[in-house]
Amino acid sequence: MKISILQFPGTNCEYDTQYAFKKLGAETEIIWHKSTTIPSDTNLLVVAGGFSYGDYLRSGAIAKFSPIMSAVKKYADKGGKVLGICNGFQVLTEVGLLPGALKRNEGLHFISKHHHLTVQNNDNTFLENLNVGDVVNLPIAHHDGNYYINEEGLAELRENGQILLTYTDTNGEPKNPNGSVASIAGVCNKEKNIFGLMPHPERAMESLLGSDDGIKMFQGFLAS
Amino acid sequence: MKAIVNVFLKAGVLDSQGKAVHHALHSLKFDNVEDVRVGKQIILKLNETDKEKAMADVTKMCEELLANTVIEDYNIELV
Repeated sequence: MKISILQFPGTNCEYDTQYAFKKLGAETEIIWHKSTTIPSDTNLLVVAGGFSYGDYLRSGAIAKFSPIMSAVKKYADKGGKVLGICNGFQVLTEVGLLPGALKRNEGLHFISKHHHLTVQNNDNTFLENLNVGDVVNLPIAHHDGNYYINEEGLAELRENGQILLTYTDTNGEPKNPNGSVASIAGVCNKEKNIFGLMPHPERAMESLLGSDDGIKMFQGFLAS
Repeated sequence: MKAIVNVFLKAGVLDSQGKAVHHALHSLKFDNVEDVRVGKQIILKLNETDKEKAMADVTKMCEELLANTVIEDYNIELV
């Protein structure tokens, strides 16, 4: 099992992501954004969190034109599995691989804390080890995590089971930290091979550090 | 020539920054302010004399990079 992790100027979660997948026994490789190819034995490509190019203009906007991105698109178009975490999610929406966009948080503050999330759909590789309605606890750390999609888009997400996780309280009741439409924290594409979420499962791998709920999520990718 | 590009959140997309500025202006007793939208202005210096070509190019720049048309509208002025 080979996990390739993208690194842009400003990415800062690539080593946490590497740690997380290594802990689960996977082989990992960090891919610099100037590379134009993705290792052919890649089973999952992770667009890690942090920043990219200072997030000038908009979060993820400049990363769209990095040399590696055409390889990412090709890989995804062929059905390759892609996971975007935080800034990675922003990049995937900017590129158009995932629907919607991420705006400045409604309260305008950077939010950094643990937040509960509820699984909305599990008929996908990412969440197949969890049940619909399960509540997980993951760190969130973002300034632009306010997910926006228009009404038609939202209806489509619902119809196709593309909403992965929503922000809730411990009982699964909606609790929205950043103004996201329908409290959405993560989505996937219609084909269910491209996943994006604002929370950080790679930072939830050790119960000693507050939560290890990320383990079950990442294990979904390792089983397939 | 120069191209002045204004980028704003689409009508109907909540502009939290505009709302915060609006609130601050009311705190300063500017009660006649009814609405505030915060956007960004991008000024491009172009080596181009053909206005039509410039407009077409800048429109393409907006569609591909300068605006995210999922949430933003833009307008272009050539000077």
